[in-house]
Amino acid sequence: MYKSALIGLLGMMAMLTLPQAAQAEYADVVINNYADAAGMRPAVFPHWYHRIRFRCKVCHADLGFKFKAGGNKITMAKIIDGKFCGACHNGEISWSVENCGMCHSGIPGTPTQIHGSTVQRLVAPTYKSLDKKAK
Amino acid sequence: MKIKRFFLVAATALALPVAGMNVGAAEQPVKAAKSAKGKVSGANVFNRLLKKDKQRNAPPSEDGIHDAANDGTHVLQPPIIAYDGLPTTEFGNYVDWVKALDTGLLKPRYDRFDPAVEPLVMDLDIVREVKASMPDVVFPHKPHTQWLHCSNCHPKIFIPQKNANVITMSAILLGTKCGVCHGKVSFPITTKSCKVCHSKPKPANWKPPKSEASLKTPWR
Repeated sequence: MYKSALIGLLGMMAMLTLPQAAQAEYADVVINNYADAAGMRPAVFPHWYHRIRFRCKVCHADLGFKFKAGGNKITMAKIIDGKFCGACHNGEISWSVENCGMCHSGIPGTPTQIHGSTVQRLVAPTYKSLDKKAK
Repeated sequence: MKIKRFFLVAATALALPVAGMNVGAAEQPVKAAKSAKGKVSGANVFNRLLKKDKQRNAPPSEDGIHDAANDGTHVLQPPIIAYDGLPTTEFGNYVDWVKALDTGLLKPRYDRFDPAVEPLVMDLDIVREVKASMPDVVFPHKPHTQWLHCSNCHPKIFIPQKNANVITMSAILLGTKCGVCHGKVSFPITTKSCKVCHSKPKPANWKPPKSEASLKTPWR
């Protein structure tokens, strides 16, 4: 009896974790290097919002963001220190780090990815989160 | 047994809406085809294996990545509002970013602090001859330097030297070379975007090159 209950429970969990069709904006980056393990929602970076205001060069040349989802090992300590997102999100150019929910707004458990990328459509999954490697 | 029944009921209750959503997603292109052509069977829709976007530029709370239970999600701007009035394309964000910049509709900063800093634009087209019958590729430096800095691509992604870079479509689709950006942020590789790069028609007397094997042992 307990076995069947366990199977039912596992089935339910599988159903909840099944990938659902996401229709997020092209190039939205989900960054889940450390967020899930820390009990936070993964951060979602809207590329489109930022490219309306800044050219690629500002972040990818001046601030040193690499062209790789999850490849920058961004932590809150670095952001508060004025690096990466913190170069602008400091209350001067843009809003400050107190607004946790505006970045950490992803569905918990969403893997690190660039949404809608060709790579994602061809060979999945290509992006591995850092803490999975550590395990 | 009661426990088992409970789980079965719970599982089916959960499964129904999920399954319903999936069926809806699959049927949508079929319905669209029917309404467009009248009596066409849904089984023969062009490329039925490729998923069609259910909703373009969905608001954050409905996009499947943002958590609707999070308060911050509802503060975020929906993309469709920001794109109002911008020139459109048929792929990616459905926005022609280069055209928007050229026409002055967008004025993104080139410097983090100073909005007056102008980008270092280089107007140099690189023509890459394609071996096969596809039109040759013209790489325009101009729109790229309007957005990026030289150091973003050179020398790590592209060696700044003629014939030094081997670029293939498979490399691009796997996310290297042009694919570092194209297919992730800038316009993606779709059946509608081939001609954006492959834009220089072959000369009228062009013939496909012969392989060395066929030169050594010709059939006739």
